[in-house]
Amino acid sequence: MLLAACTVEDLPMGESVRIDADVPIAVFNADGRLYAIDDTCSHQDASLSEGWLEDCFVECPLHEALFDLRTGMPSCLPAKKPVRTHPVVVDGGHIYVQLVEQEAVA
Amino acid sequence: MRTVTVVGASLAGMRSAEHLRAQGFDGRLVVVGDEPHLPYDRPPLSKQFLAGTADTASLALGDRSDFDDLDAQWRLGVRATGLDASAGTVTLSDGTEIATDGVIVATGGRARTVPGAEGLDGVHTVRTIEDTLSLRADLAENPGPVAVVGAGWIGTEVASTCRALGLEVTVVEAAQEPLVRALGPRMAGMCTSLHAEHGVTLRCGAGVQEFTSTPHGSGRRVTGLVLADGTRVPAGVVVLGVGMSPNADWLAGSGLEVDDGLVCDAGLVASAPNVVAVGDVARYRSATGQLVRHEHWTNASEQPGTAVRNLLAGATVAEYRPSRYVWSDQYGCRLQVAGLTEDADEVEVVEGSEESRSFVAAYRRGGTTTGVFAMNNPKLFTRTRRKLLRPAPA
Ligand SMILES: Cc1cc2nc3c(=O)[nH]c(=O)nc-3n(C[C@H](O)[C@H](O)[C@H](O)COP(=O)(O)OP(=O)(O)OC[C@H]3O[C@@H](n4cnc5c(N)ncnc54)[C@H](O)[C@@H]3O)c2cc1C
Ligand code: FES
Repeated sequence: MLLAACTVEDLPMGESVRIDADVPIAVFNADGRLYAIDDTCSHQDASLSEGWLEDCFVECPLHEALFDLRTGMPSCLPAKKPVRTHPVVVDGGHIYVQLVEQEAVA
Repeated sequence: MRTVTVVGASLAGMRSAEHLRAQGFDGRLVVVGDEPHLPYDRPPLSKQFLAGTADTASLALGDRSDFDDLDAQWRLGVRATGLDASAGTVTLSDGTEIATDGVIVATGGRARTVPGAEGLDGVHTVRTIEDTLSLRADLAENPGPVAVVGAGWIGTEVASTCRALGLEVTVVEAAQEPLVRALGPRMAGMCTSLHAEHGVTLRCGAGVQEFTSTPHGSGRRVTGLVLADGTRVPAGVVVLGVGMSPNADWLAGSGLEVDDGLVCDAGLVASAPNVVAVGDVARYRSATGQLVRHEHWTNASEQPGTAVRNLLAGATVAEYRPSRYVWSDQYGCRLQVAGLTEDADEVEVVEGSEESRSFVAAYRRGGTTTGVFAMNNPKLFTRTRRKLLRPAPA
């Protein structure tokens, strides 16, 4: 499934947006590279699109777990489980996310 | 160092064990905890776990493989009763002794109570899984009004959760406003209105004078409170949220300096170089030279990195700098605080508005931002905090 995020202009470097899908998705522009992951932190109830972006990592805004945007893996506590990552497609100035349906790999 | 013993198997103890292994300690690791459980998370005890929306399993601070990876000997359900740092022994309540080279004190704290509450059925504190389970069961059996004593973080969260369970709630606070110690008068005023909006009665400015009770079984059961100004607050269940006391009494006789916690240097090293303290029990020298102790999650999670480093180095090679970050969930709002909010001479809402219940406020002293408080605005909270506060002043 392809989900529309926003236009390229709406997501400048260092910014993030949240797509309100059944499972919300967060899209990041990390120094010009676009990444999409599940928006809800794998630890508790926090929105990762509201987190702090640094290189290709996002820090959860609630308890500061750090997720690698390339793999979805947490690189520090308290999160232990990965979040799913999704391919990002840019077409005609619009950003889309190709939703990955399978369960997160542990 | 061949053996390290961690005393206290909760957040700070668990993080210490993890840091020991991550920082290369491959000797014998013993973790002593007087609760029967493997390390679990306390913040949900006044929130989701009290509400019944989170189960016991979700509180665990790790899964099977995390605990296995630590390759530690767990001595659960026994208490450490003494420590001899120079001989290198920790004595346990079952009479056994652990020979150890290093000790990490992570014994946290216990809930304080109020005089007159001893032995009364229906009066609760909230610090452990068992505390919350017993409160939950009592609330189900006695759906009469709930009185919460103390409007700090835990008291206000318990009030919010009980209200969401459909119970009538009164919060009693000796200070003039709720959360005033944590947030200062202006933002405390906003929290006052949050309680009112959700139908929770607040009685500030008068502490508890006595508990009223009635014979019940072989003992007595609470029926309410009488406040210092004579007001009567009827209650089927009373919850005390009046703070905690650090668990450092077991160190009496150890020769280590104990004063409202285990006293440490700026690197969390106690008066013996092979003993460090972490979490709610650690009273350390801050960058401004004062002895401070924090009672929140981030601190218990962050101190072990520094403490373990110094323990393994055998000297204070790193000093601890607190982020002073605290969060709370209550009345459907996410509250986040970082830095220093005390002694601010100016509090300004820099984004959003108090009315919209989504804002970020800066606390300033002499023109310098010392603290940030946000409601329902995690993104801007984090940005403001990063921009204005890092590294945080101690
Ligand atoms: C209900 C509740 C809600 C909270 N909510 C929040 C929140 O929203 N945000 C936040 O930032 N913080 C919150 N906190 C605070 C946070 O949970 C604590 O700061 C944290 O648990 C401290 O961890 P610790 O490991 O230092 O101590 P503790 O968690 O107190 O653990 C100490 C452990 O040591 C054991 N022990 C004590 N003495 C001995 C002994 N002699 N021998 C062996 N074992 C011993 C104890 O039984 C306990 O298991 C909350 C706390 C509570 C109780
Ligand atoms: S909710 Fe993200 S780290 Fe806890």
